Amino acid sequence: MLISPTPLHIPEVYLSLPVALVCWIITALTLSVAIRRTNQSLGERQIPLMGIMAAFIFAAQMINFPTGVGVSGHLLGGVLAAILLGPWSAMLVMTAVIAVQGLLFQDGGLTSMGANILNMGLLTAAIGYGFYRAALGRGRMTKLIFAGLAAWLSVEAGALATSLELWLSGSARLQVVTIAMLAVHAVIGLGEAAITVAALGFLMRTRPDLVDESSASTQGGRGWIVAGLLVTVATLFLAPFASANPDGLERVALDLGIVPAHPATNLPAPLANYAIPALGNTPISTVVAGAIGLVIVTILIILAGRALRKPQS
Amino acid sequence: MHSNLFDRYHDKQSFLHHLDPRVKVVLTVAFIVSNVLLTDGAWLAFACAWSLILIANLLSQLGWSFTLRRSFIALPFALAALSSLFEPGGPALSSFMFLGAKFTITYFGLLRFSSILIRSWLSVQAAILLVAVTPFPDLLHALEHLRVPKIITTIIAFLYRYLFVLTDEVLRLMRARQARSAAAPGQRSGGSVMWRANVTGNMVGQLFLRSYERSDRIYNAMLARGYAGQIRTLHAHTLTRRDWWFGALAIALILSLQLIGR
Amino acid sequence: MPITHPAQKFPPPDHGCDVLQVRDLHFAYPDGHAALLGVSLKMCEGDKAALVGPNGAGKSTLMLHLNGILEGRGEIEVGGLRLTRDNLPVIRSMVGLVFQNPDDQLFSPTVFEDVAFGPLHMGLPEAEVRARVDEALAAVRMSAYADRLSHHLSVGEKKRIAIATVLSMRPSLLVLDEPSAGLDPRARRTLIHLLRDLPITMLVSTHDMALVKELFPRTIIMDEGMIVADGLTREILEDASLLEAHGLEKV
Repeated sequence: MLISPTPLHIPEVYLSLPVALVCWIITALTLSVAIRRTNQSLGERQIPLMGIMAAFIFAAQMINFPTGVGVSGHLLGGVLAAILLGPWSAMLVMTAVIAVQGLLFQDGGLTSMGANILNMGLLTAAIGYGFYRAALGRGRMTKLIFAGLAAWLSVEAGALATSLELWLSGSARLQVVTIAMLAVHAVIGLGEAAITVAALGFLMRTRPDLVDESSASTQGGRGWIVAGLLVTVATLFLAPFASANPDGLERVALDLGIVPAHPATNLPAPLANYAIPALGNTPISTVVAGAIGLVIVTILIILAGRALRKPQS
Repeated sequence: MHSNLFDRYHDKQSFLHHLDPRVKVVLTVAFIVSNVLLTDGAWLAFACAWSLILIANLLSQLGWSFTLRRSFIALPFALAALSSLFEPGGPALSSFMFLGAKFTITYFGLLRFSSILIRSWLSVQAAILLVAVTPFPDLLHALEHLRVPKIITTIIAFLYRYLFVLTDEVLRLMRARQARSAAAPGQRSGGSVMWRANVTGNMVGQLFLRSYERSDRIYNAMLARGYAGQIRTLHAHTLTRRDWWFGALAIALILSLQLIGR
Repeated sequence: MPITHPAQKFPPPDHGCDVLQVRDLHFAYPDGHAALLGVSLKMCEGDKAALVGPNGAGKSTLMLHLNGILEGRGEIEVGGLRLTRDNLPVIRSMVGLVFQNPDDQLFSPTVFEDVAFGPLHMGLPEAEVRARVDEALAAVRMSAYADRLSHHLSVGEKKRIAIATVLSMRPSLLVLDEPSAGLDPRARRTLIHLLRDLPITMLVSTHDMALVKELFPRTIIMDEGMIVADGLTREILEDASLLEAHGLEKV
């Protein structure tokens, strides 16, 4: 099969409406910033370039290699795109790729596209560029190491985000899905890291000018390092809780009403004898409150990025 | 040889083909959202939704089983939701031990898991049908009308245009690699995993360079033909009365699914 | 317009040659297009054969079968070894296939790494790999280019490196797809010298009839998925009506 669904493309229905909507809101807000920043600094000459880069990412995802354990390794590309194109362009490019995968090939759903873009396009670009920016001014080896770390982490972050979204939608048990996702993607992440580093190394040798060009200060300064760090810390913090000690998280979510106490079902008559505590839909208001909180955090990050941006000389 | 793998559009003159693309997009999304909102175990609603899909298949002149045959693409992801089988609450159906922990499949869990699968299966068929009866450029145009930012739809349009070209290149790159992936008789071949990953990375880097250098030539060619930042399409989409009526009818049917599902 | 295909006009030499044996090969693409309609072919050691015919005749399709990239119905034997899915890697060390576009084949940063890919994949020890790379580069007269970046070479240079990437596997049969396409006269001349001096059995697909006349004693004409002529170049190139019937021009 030429195009194979990766474990991270969430299909329709696996995400509940509230979760899908929140992800869509986050994605839409981030992308609107990306659009504005891209228009500002690059102008419309870059749109054909971004389109071709999107086709490049799509095609590059098809190149695989046998790992020897029955699966093949291949590239997701968010970190590579961020390093080569800059973070905002990379987000738009990955969005286009994920959109086409979802629209044309049903690799990922339409309602869940907001989440997919967030997991595979936005988080990865933030981590990728954050790490790479932190390595600016250092030697090639350092840059490659940082890129490799970022690539591995980006896959884990995407996996963790997917697990959390599935759990919050009631489609999976937190501990099981988190452990499974993180474990599988720890291996997949190695492939991502290896390919990213190799591609970057290749480009550093053949066209070093292209690699240095994109990390110029026009793309935003230390704010990205902060952003990358925040996502990393969140991932590293949540992962053990979700996988080893989920009770804490589940307790918090239950108290906030984010997760239904019991799945809402249509009971056929004979089973009505069983006493089921409050069924009912998730309290929308609490979810909205959570969403607003996330939005505020996102805005803060972006503002921080702007504020920390080096002044144009 | 050219790959027709990316042609999801099947050209016919059916009722659905002639419908305004905006209506088709809205109806598809409405149907999918309806599925998301349906509760577990709403079997009657599921059956009605399935019949709507069948009717849509027939209206498209593509055969009643068109989407059915293509609908199993999202099946692998079911693994991720497998753990919902063990959702606590309700009667236990069966238990087993795995890696030292006890797992119990419950009635609610089974209900939830199967409902997710079925609703996902129904939804993906709506999406399949959408791209089968709507040419992709029209689809993009519809998205623009529906307020998707123009920069994004333009990037997607370019992606689509160069998808064939670049994937062709990838196929040739992989073929060339295959041709030299040889083995000496009696010797272990293939190199180490790291080496293979390295080669893959090199191929990715190569592909990037070719894409990047190509973009300059493309931009110049477009300038030579009067490009000034706008992608223009040929079709002027106007909503006819038929679009409105059909749209309203379909929305009504979808809403009734929700009622049936209560 | 239907073209009538006479049975193979010049029967192939039958000396028990086993560098390559193709028997009744049929192949149709997934979309139904039948590309090969019963192709049979023998190549003996030292043969240098040109494969000519109009576009769409099935030349490239046939070539892709010779190292198992495409799988059709019929029998293929390389050096007496029957081509099956299991022994494809071994077959690939025996049949060196060079594609038309050299960019498709040069995917490592340096020339050395590209030429070393084949032997490395075969699991040969480092000393052996180095020896083979030197040997291959010498055969294409590019020994000085070992540390150059492939990306910066000219088309002619890339084509020769592409041949080297295959020679380093020491194949018994070299299969080239349009090697002279896109070359300026000087590069073409260098290529001709190169091919003339290589002692390997060769099957070369080309539109360049002058090249055919100069380098290849044997010519095979393909059209519409079948071999319509196979014999001595000097005889075939004199047969104007045969050439015209299959979209070729007398040179």
